[in-house]
Amino acid sequence: MAKTYVSATINGESAEFLCETQQTLLDVLRDVIGLTGSKEGCGSGDCGACSVIVDDRLVCSCLMLGVEAEGKSITTIEGIANGDTLHPIQQKFLEYAALQCGFCTPGLIVATKALLDENPNPTETEARYWLAGNLCRCTGYDKVIRAVMDVAADMRGEKVA
Amino acid sequence: MDVELRPKLVGQRIKRFEDPRLLTGAGRFVDDITPPGTLFLAFRRSDHPHALIKSIDLGSALSVPGVVAVFDATDIENDLRPAIPSSRMKGYYATPLWPLARGKVRYVGEPVLAVAAESRYAAEDALDRIQIDYESLPFANRAEDAVADGAPLLHEDAGTNAIVVRSFGRGDVDAAFAGAAFSVGATFRLRRKTPVAIENRCYLAEWDKRRSALTLHSSTNIPGVIRDVLSDCLDLPGNRLRVIAPDVGGSFGSKGSLYPEEMLVAVLARKLQRPIKWTSDRLEDLASTSQAFDEIMQAELAVDADGRLLGLKADVIGDIGAYSIYPWTGALEPVQVVSFMPGPYRLENYQARVRGVVTPKAPTGPYRGVGRPAATFAMERLIDMAARRLGLDPAEMRRRNLITAPEFPYRSASGIIWDRSGFQECLQAACDKANYDSLLRKRDEARAEGRWVGIGFASYAELTGIGSRISVAPGMPINTGTETATIRIDATGSITAAFGIASHGQGLETTLAQVIADELGCRIEDIEIQHGDSALVPMGTGTYASRSAVLGGGAATLSARVVRTKVLKAAAHLMELPVDKLVAHNGIVSAPGSNQSITFKEIANAVYAQMGRIPHNAREDLVASETYDPYFGTATSATHLAMIEIDTGTYGVTVTRYVVAEDCGRVINPMIVDGQVQGAVAQGIGVALLEEVIHDDDGQIVTASLADYLIPIAGTMPPIGIVHVETVLPPTQGGFRGMGEGGTIGAPAAIANAVSDALSAMGIEITTLPITPDRIFQLITQQGSLPQ
Ligand code: FES
Ligand code: FES
Repeated sequence: MAKTYVSATINGESAEFLCETQQTLLDVLRDVIGLTGSKEGCGSGDCGACSVIVDDRLVCSCLMLGVEAEGKSITTIEGIANGDTLHPIQQKFLEYAALQCGFCTPGLIVATKALLDENPNPTETEARYWLAGNLCRCTGYDKVIRAVMDVAADMRGEKVA
Repeated sequence: MDVELRPKLVGQRIKRFEDPRLLTGAGRFVDDITPPGTLFLAFRRSDHPHALIKSIDLGSALSVPGVVAVFDATDIENDLRPAIPSSRMKGYYATPLWPLARGKVRYVGEPVLAVAAESRYAAEDALDRIQIDYESLPFANRAEDAVADGAPLLHEDAGTNAIVVRSFGRGDVDAAFAGAAFSVGATFRLRRKTPVAIENRCYLAEWDKRRSALTLHSSTNIPGVIRDVLSDCLDLPGNRLRVIAPDVGGSFGSKGSLYPEEMLVAVLARKLQRPIKWTSDRLEDLASTSQAFDEIMQAELAVDADGRLLGLKADVIGDIGAYSIYPWTGALEPVQVVSFMPGPYRLENYQARVRGVVTPKAPTGPYRGVGRPAATFAMERLIDMAARRLGLDPAEMRRRNLITAPEFPYRSASGIIWDRSGFQECLQAACDKANYDSLLRKRDEARAEGRWVGIGFASYAELTGIGSRISVAPGMPINTGTETATIRIDATGSITAAFGIASHGQGLETTLAQVIADELGCRIEDIEIQHGDSALVPMGTGTYASRSAVLGGGAATLSARVVRTKVLKAAAHLMELPVDKLVAHNGIVSAPGSNQSITFKEIANAVYAQMGRIPHNAREDLVASETYDPYFGTATSATHLAMIEIDTGTYGVTVTRYVVAEDCGRVINPMIVDGQVQGAVAQGIGVALLEEVIHDDDGQIVTASLADYLIPIAGTMPPIGIVHVETVLPPTQGGFRGMGEGGTIGAPAAIANAVSDALSAMGIEITTLPITPDRIFQLITQQGSLPQ
């Protein structure tokens, strides 16, 4: 089958790839580009495990086609840390052990990044509903929410008691 | 500082070693591994609940570009033997497990044929071109119909649909009821659940032609069990069959059984001599991964005028789905319901019958809590119903009946032996933590404003860390009671500890390292924990049944002590000091009171790399492989307290306060235990309020996406308060009790009691879970007490 040429920016670097028109962005990231950090939990937009940021918007990469990435800038979980230095969100999840099996975690980290980019000072309710599209079956969300509220305060330069 | 006073790692909030890789997208789950040349499978599944396969027409499936082959049962008939989920239980019928349906299908979602192609897209496209003709057979959809005389049989060879039947009894139940002040009873119904690990099941098998050996990467939590059974099915010795569970994205029991797809990838990798991979999608997961908790429980409790429990009767029907699952069997869930129904209470007289019934639905299997969520739901509801009859506070009702410290060890009415655990203490701790008296005041104030607010308790006990005396599943002929740890210090001084367990979210790479660092006296960062690989130890089963901290931790302790002794002996030679003057801590052996010390690295180097430093007849490798068997299990106990509010307009239930007080013995890492409890409570809240697998009258599954099968989300989960109560340490090695499942055991009952409390003015008792707005509406209208 003829493949389509796509040129995009992925994690700050320009990327060119060939993909089939029916391939989802998630499958392109995982199978064509080799970035397996984004996960498939449902393939239908219900779980958020595949979350990526496309031009400043939080997107389920299972619901977007690879060819639609043309000209866009995409941030995946692999682009969140700064080399070997964890992003403050990742660092805070580590301190709180806000993950267990870790399968939902890439999506949660990316979604938290998108939240704090848009709203650096969310209320707990806002944080809970922003992340309502990211299903986690392990943690019960308690430690996740506390980590998110705490890192938000840190990133605003506030000290939480 | 004296060594004994140095801070131990056990008990500390050590950050998890697993997390850096998982946080950065560098985790390695099965689906992240794709060797060159991999073929991908897609399954055509039955769309009939019970039917004969009359014919299969492949149509143009093979002409889809990339499609390599299509297989049905006849194509692989000679490539394997079926797996038989056998049991020592009398009268039980073991349904054989094959990868693909042979002539007949027994549930919607059962694999019938598989397409192998160069991509999953191609394989799925080919499925659409295949035509299967079925002849429908009659079926009984509901367990209560399937168990009746004359019901259509799912497995003719069994001669019945009730493939498991057992009775329990102690004392004189009839006399107890005759002498009771009153009794309360109801038919309780727990609707079918599905575990929904966020990672779907995934299998990748590779055939190594050179060695005639198979490696299966599986999203399983029982790699050892899978290795052993596939060795029989495929007729391959264990040294040419390796099952690896890399990072596994949650299981909750759902990845703890052998699956048809898992067998098939192994068969086809050998047959086609190419890597074969199958990744489930969510629709397949909801249709075919093991389901759970589908019980009808008729139960009645006799009580005296002071609220003391006199007798309990139970008749349970468990809907086990179409097949008895390997290795646990269909007895696992329903038999545990009756074994655990007497709960943590003093109760002399008990009579119970349980029947496990096959129906045309996905097989049921282990799910977090196994049997005990249902048992606790029924029993804790009865306790509250009795308390209400007596006008007794539910906490006081429990206080009068929970086993007290002097009564341990206590043999329960079903024969379980409870070792001393904080049955009473947890009740008190939950009341204290939640400030129960003030909660009652708040509830009453809210009610005075016309709001529907309720408080509910659930107390339970579970057996964890079960040793070799009894099998985890009734009658199952697999040893689940031992665990081996192989610890070695290599020539560079680094430490490797290998286990048969398979961590899939429990953080065992961290907790086991904490245990070893303390016992061995090494630095925690020098330890690598290996697990999830059948090649690591001669026999290992995996991680399930709240066993790994207890059994893995116990084996780690025993092996670490042996290695420490060898380290100290070597150090004694090198330092020319008596062994009993030496201590090991933080990777250094020293002699207190002197300034002599030597590092583990130097010792390892001397032992392995330097000839003659240690007398040749005294030189020992710094390795040990010890096995731990706790023989009995140990009781983990807890009380949950929930406060809820029902929206008087929508009938939606919101959990406003949640407290768990549990006794899990010595806590290895409080952060990890909290996570286990909170996650399990969330699952229990799902059981109570949201989750229900629905089949329509045609046997079709209605809840086939995560938009239809709802699990808890961040927006609606309450914060969960936890108190760790440590009464006396159990006799397990290290004093650990298992803590993986309890949250799911307590939460459904606590919430059912809280909702019943909120609706008590209308005389409503919750008997069916989940408590959806629709069910509350039905109950209120039936009661004819719809308030204005
Ligand atoms: S995989 Fe995309 S939302 Fe679930
Ligand atoms: S950590 Fe396992 S699903 Fe979230």
